[in-house]
Amino acid sequence: MAPGNHFIVGVYGDDHHALKAVKSIREAGVKIYEVFSPFPIHGIDDALGYKRSRLPKAAFMFGTLGFALALIMQYWMMGYDWQMIIGGKNFASLPPFIPVTFELTVLLSALGMVFSFFVVSDLKPYKKPRIFDLRITDNKHVIAVDLGNNKLNKTEISKIMAQSGAEEVNEKSFD
Amino acid sequence: MEVVSSVRTPLITGAKTVGDVTQDICVRVEAKPPRTWFMALAVSLSLLAVGTYTLFFTVWDGIGVWGLNKTIGWAWDITNFVWWVGIGHAGTLISAILLLFRQKWRMSINRAAEAMTIFAVICAAFFPLVHMGRLWLGFYWVLPLPNTFGSLWVNFNSPLLWDVFAITTYFTVSLVFWYVGLIPDFATIRDRAKNRISAAIYGTLSFGWTGSAKDWSRYESVSLILAGLATPLVLSVHTVVSFDFATSIIPGWHTTIFPPYFVSGAVFSGFAMVLTLMLITRKVYKLEDYITITHIEFMNIIIIVTGSIVGIAYLTELFMAWYSGVPAEQYAFLNRATGPYWWAYTIMMTCNVISPQLFWFKKIRTSLWATFILSIVVNIGMWFERFVIIVTSLHRDFLPSSWAMFYPTFYDIGDYLFTFGFFFTAFFLFAKFFPVVNMAEVKSIIKSSSSSNKALK
Repeated sequence: MAPGNHFIVGVYGDDHHALKAVKSIREAGVKIYEVFSPFPIHGIDDALGYKRSRLPKAAFMFGTLGFALALIMQYWMMGYDWQMIIGGKNFASLPPFIPVTFELTVLLSALGMVFSFFVVSDLKPYKKPRIFDLRITDNKHVIAVDLGNNKLNKTEISKIMAQSGAEEVNEKSFD
Repeated sequence: MEVVSSVRTPLITGAKTVGDVTQDICVRVEAKPPRTWFMALAVSLSLLAVGTYTLFFTVWDGIGVWGLNKTIGWAWDITNFVWWVGIGHAGTLISAILLLFRQKWRMSINRAAEAMTIFAVICAAFFPLVHMGRLWLGFYWVLPLPNTFGSLWVNFNSPLLWDVFAITTYFTVSLVFWYVGLIPDFATIRDRAKNRISAAIYGTLSFGWTGSAKDWSRYESVSLILAGLATPLVLSVHTVVSFDFATSIIPGWHTTIFPPYFVSGAVFSGFAMVLTLMLITRKVYKLEDYITITHIEFMNIIIIVTGSIVGIAYLTELFMAWYSGVPAEQYAFLNRATGPYWWAYTIMMTCNVISPQLFWFKKIRTSLWATFILSIVVNIGMWFERFVIIVTSLHRDFLPSSWAMFYPTFYDIGDYLFTFGFFFTAFFLFAKFFPVVNMAEVKSIIKSSSSSNKALK
């Protein structure tokens, strides 16, 4: 069976049951494809062995870019490209450039990070999502196991899932 | 395993389950709105219509139709601008600063408060745009775009330009923050959609969200970093607005206390507007279990704190004017309190400093009617604060021959009504088509903070 198309889906009614089930299913030697939930479950990243997101680093780098671009822009425009005498002051000095620099740092940092989030999570309009169960966004927590990516067969995985406390165990196939 | 406090009152009452949250909030989007909603929308649309008429002639004939004169070059326009920007401070404060402080009571109110922020900032932006006269050329005057007339670049030494950057950034970041929070809730509506049109619309809006653990993990880091970025941003916006005045040499404007005083005033008026709108929304949409008396009490406490800071700032201003020994400065403040605009000063002092002190009484701060009335009183007071700062500092110019008074015209009033029409129309449409409470966040606290869970222990 090719990976990525046929899944066993366990439905849980409670986030703690789902969290415990993730641990017991992984201990039984089954690879979990993904867990879906209506709200973030605390500790699920560790249970699934996910690393921390690198998005904060992206935010920092976009922020640094905004900071540098803002200062370069202001010094170039005011101090070099078109010098203007305003109140007999220096053509370019740092203190009046701070507010715009701050704002552009925040702006690029926020927009860059959110854009990166959309790209890495593949979130975009007109996307046809793979919905494992319509109740995920309501009140059910779902553990999906890819049949094509596991050594155990369908009945064995279903049994492990049922033992882990699943309310329902379903099969789900995508084209 | 969960630790449930026996001291703290539950934030969600009515024994709600996770499924109930979805049902209660989504049904507002799916069902036909109540008759009161149509009536409210009709009123706000008619305000918008009157405002559109006056706004059209303001742009067509120029801002000479306003009551401005040679002495008072800034009056209702900038007053309204600062007032609306201030109102736009509560939303991001609630969602960013209260997130960093892990205040869970923010969760039922942050969505609507952020929407309010976004609409209020749009309303604020109307006034400087219209004030530019030929606003279609405004982009060249406020953004560093290459052009072939006048000075080539904008003046980065000007606080008015800092304001452009501050407001634009604030608006963009608030919008992004709000939208990221909406994505999981749009997915909830998409998955419940009964017809193809709403499935397609909410499907598009939800960006294909599935609620996977990986996405939630990223979502949580994005929210935290956005909150971290928005916190200094919120404080910077009104600081920069206050620089518009504080960096000038006009007595009454030229004070270093302005930044903190403007920021606390902004939070004060923002929370008042959140209360006004949320009390109505709560009643019309029957959200009493989500927005409880506890939520209202917490907001009222913030109003006492910020209102008292504003009061201290008023007194400090008076003290500093006297202590400075500068006659022009002393006269500016004496004239504010006892000159021809004494009535505006009295309204400001009463509404901002005296009446919010009533919230020290628990009975008053937990009463819905008292809160509703006082929240409107606060915003009247905050409008007069800006009017007092702007008009009374200008109307007695340095030469007595230039002394003048300001009288608003029909167009001043109409343009102000336009922003009310826009604000309420946008808010009512939001309340119908968008989930008014952040469902995903509320679901995550059902276990620790709902009355259903407390009953089990």
